[in-house]
Amino acid sequence: MQAEPARHETEQLPPLISGRRGYLFGWYSCTWTTALMIALPVLSVFYLALFPEENIWAHLVETVLPVYVITTLQLLFGVGALSIATGVCGAWLVTMCRFPGRRIFEWALLLPFAVPAYVIAYVYTDLLEYSGSLQIFLREIFGWQTARDYWFPDIRTLGGAILMLAMVLYPYIYLLARASFLEQSTTIHDASRTLGCTPFQSFYRVSLPIARPAIAVGLSLVSMETLNDFGTVDYFAVKSMSAGIYDTWLNMNNLGGAAQIASLMMIFVVMLISLERLARSKQRQFHSSDRFKALTGYQLSGWKAWGATLLCALPVITGFVIPVWVLAGYAFSNLDQLWTSDFITHASHSFILSTIAALLTIVIALLLAYSKRLHKKQSLKIAAQFSSLGYAMPGAVLAIGVIIPLAAFDNAVDSLMEEYFNISTGLLLSGTAFAVVFAYVVRFLAVSVGSVESSLNKITESMDMASRSLGLSPLQTLVKVHLPLIKGGILTASLVVFVDCMKELPATLILRPFNYDTLATYVYQFASDEMLEACSLAALLIVLVGIIPVILLSRTISGTRDSN
Amino acid sequence: MQNTFKKLAFIALPITIAATSVSAADEVNIYSYRQQFLIQPMLEAFTAETGIKANVVFAKKGLIERLEHEGKNSPADLLLTSDISPLYYAVATGLTQAVDSDVLEQNIPEQFRDPKDQWFGLTTRARLIYASKDRVAQGEITSYEELADPKWKGRICTRSGKHSYNLTLIGSMIAQHGEADTEQWLTGLKANLARKPQGNDRAQVKAVKEGVCDLALGNSYYFGKMITNEKQPEQKEWANSVNLVFPNQQDRGTHMSISGAALTKYAPNKDNAIKLMEFLSKAQSQAMYAEANFEFPVRPNTKRSALIEQYMGEFKQDSVSLQKVAKLRVDAAKLVDKVGFDN
Repeated sequence: MQAEPARHETEQLPPLISGRRGYLFGWYSCTWTTALMIALPVLSVFYLALFPEENIWAHLVETVLPVYVITTLQLLFGVGALSIATGVCGAWLVTMCRFPGRRIFEWALLLPFAVPAYVIAYVYTDLLEYSGSLQIFLREIFGWQTARDYWFPDIRTLGGAILMLAMVLYPYIYLLARASFLEQSTTIHDASRTLGCTPFQSFYRVSLPIARPAIAVGLSLVSMETLNDFGTVDYFAVKSMSAGIYDTWLNMNNLGGAAQIASLMMIFVVMLISLERLARSKQRQFHSSDRFKALTGYQLSGWKAWGATLLCALPVITGFVIPVWVLAGYAFSNLDQLWTSDFITHASHSFILSTIAALLTIVIALLLAYSKRLHKKQSLKIAAQFSSLGYAMPGAVLAIGVIIPLAAFDNAVDSLMEEYFNISTGLLLSGTAFAVVFAYVVRFLAVSVGSVESSLNKITESMDMASRSLGLSPLQTLVKVHLPLIKGGILTASLVVFVDCMKELPATLILRPFNYDTLATYVYQFASDEMLEACSLAALLIVLVGIIPVILLSRTISGTRDSN
Repeated sequence: MQNTFKKLAFIALPITIAATSVSAADEVNIYSYRQQFLIQPMLEAFTAETGIKANVVFAKKGLIERLEHEGKNSPADLLLTSDISPLYYAVATGLTQAVDSDVLEQNIPEQFRDPKDQWFGLTTRARLIYASKDRVAQGEITSYEELADPKWKGRICTRSGKHSYNLTLIGSMIAQHGEADTEQWLTGLKANLARKPQGNDRAQVKAVKEGVCDLALGNSYYFGKMITNEKQPEQKEWANSVNLVFPNQQDRGTHMSISGAALTKYAPNKDNAIKLMEFLSKAQSQAMYAEANFEFPVRPNTKRSALIEQYMGEFKQDSVSLQKVAKLRVDAAKLVDKVGFDN
């Protein structure tokens, strides 16, 4: 790292503990209880891995596991590299440069985030395969007859999967990198220019290192999404670990073996998370007052300006415009059959579940992050990390992990009630919307914890001290001092979780109540049978709903600094 | 924040209590591995006839595990599957109970139901070879065994070897020839593939049309789905580019698989569930079932759809016990790994 930003000696500060031990113990125990509850599903999967009914680990290691691991590493590397290139480049251009269309790209670059990976995979296969419009067009022009007459890149490959995933995942990095660029002090930037850096050098040697922690957070989110993606790798026959998990579970009838691969995947994730923490722990910086001074930005002109426009347009067109165009085409030609009262019910299910889940994750993330700030205990750090593990677990495996503790709880309550009151309570939580929401929280907590934590870290602890010495309790400090300061971060986190929940598929399928469809399950039912046109409207709505938070998100971020 | 959970539990509680009290009414609860839109017409007909409401959860995986952990409190009465394997697995895990029904015994041939009455087949399908009309002469291939013949090198397409449909086929090969010979056959077949296994059965027929390969493995009903596809007329062209080969007519017959049902061990609406199973085995629903999805009715002497009559006629079916084939599934999957079929 070339530029070491100013460090505050925060690590040496004592924990923010007052004399009222009992109250703080409440924070402490509450945090651990919550973290444990959230960790239950993951622990259940570990349990399955450790005590399989029939151990086929040896067979897996001997035959398919090396392939799974190598393919997964290739996938992670490819998606990561492509997402960083797209995300950072886009964020830098729209934040620091002035060129035609910049205002639009500020939010448009986020749009692909609204498109689920499985949808984009279906759409591009539809377009690019042999019978797709592009190849038909080429055949007509060149007079080719069959597939043997010419070479065309096959989309159903590892490369294709990398491309599809990067197309919809890069916004994570864009989002965080842009927020970081916007927060950077103009002073450092001006200083670097005065000292003779070219704009690029100033980007590479100053802005990029400062934004590195944010990029690392984004990268770890991208990597976790990549790890647990099943829809795309399955469709493209890419042998990644998550494909291997399902294969072992469903084709070998060996859930234990599947849980073993899933646990191995957790090791990947722990490595990713530590990497991210490492990147973040190296530096701490706090808001300085000059963030309210407008960024000047470089005025691009001529080919440079149009080049920037093109660079920003490319990911938006491929990741959003084309898939939406295709879906809208199908949807409008079948509109009368698709727009039904059922459809409205599915949409309302999606909305309600996602909203509750988003609110819950935020509350829990606040608890975990703030408690850690209060106590500065290693154990609470571990609690926060532990409860983030669900993010990297493939949805269907996580669903089984959710079923096990919930059903155990239900059955225990039932037998207790039966014994003492002779009432059978049946299943209280399993098979209800609660189970689905619980799964969402477990799955997406990592997103909000990361975001809330990094927002909270930016508030200097002198604020806490001032507030506490003026007589506010830790909770009051959180509500009156911190919340107003980090509301941007909170909004970001909740919207991201909301959109993620709207798109979530495998856990919803397995855990939902009877006769209960969300937009995603509805899309899946048809898309998995390669009947894209039958579910195009629902798919389109998932995408469109995803846009609303995306636009809000972009406004909030831009609002952190008036760039004009 | 436990409070939040408590609050949520309080919200969930009345909902679930409401849900459980409803299940006391005339209902039947189904965990379905079959897509809902495929079974919905039959369920609606059932409700119209009996007044019993059918509730469905559809997922392609995880429902058996859900059933297992819900234990004796599970609301599920009936397990519907699109394949023998989940049925076999559910029975092996002890999640089902026997059904003693004369109607089912009468309507479903022995070969397509469990000897101990734990599971019942409802429709059947054949695993066919789709052969290019232009590039493969009639009678040039007549059996699954011939797929390993080097003369087909680079000319065969199939979906993943790990897909259920292929695993039961490989299982039936093991049942017939033993594991060592089947491994040799599978290695030969792998060597003949035109491309890495991918896509669904329909995608293989499309590949034949496109000239990627000359032979494809596929279930019989896909043909009906393609040749009648008004929404994507190009699929009619795919179907028209192939001849249907019913393999092994000279010896044991074509490999058959089933979709089926099983009664759960703790079914709260047991009578209704049995009524539904019986209903699904009756001539009327068998005809509907077959018509909707171009499958073969499991009940003998049921009128088959006109389309099936036109293209498929009568053919000899492999009568190997499906119970046995399902048992061999894990061995089949290990063979697929061993010869690196999907790599």
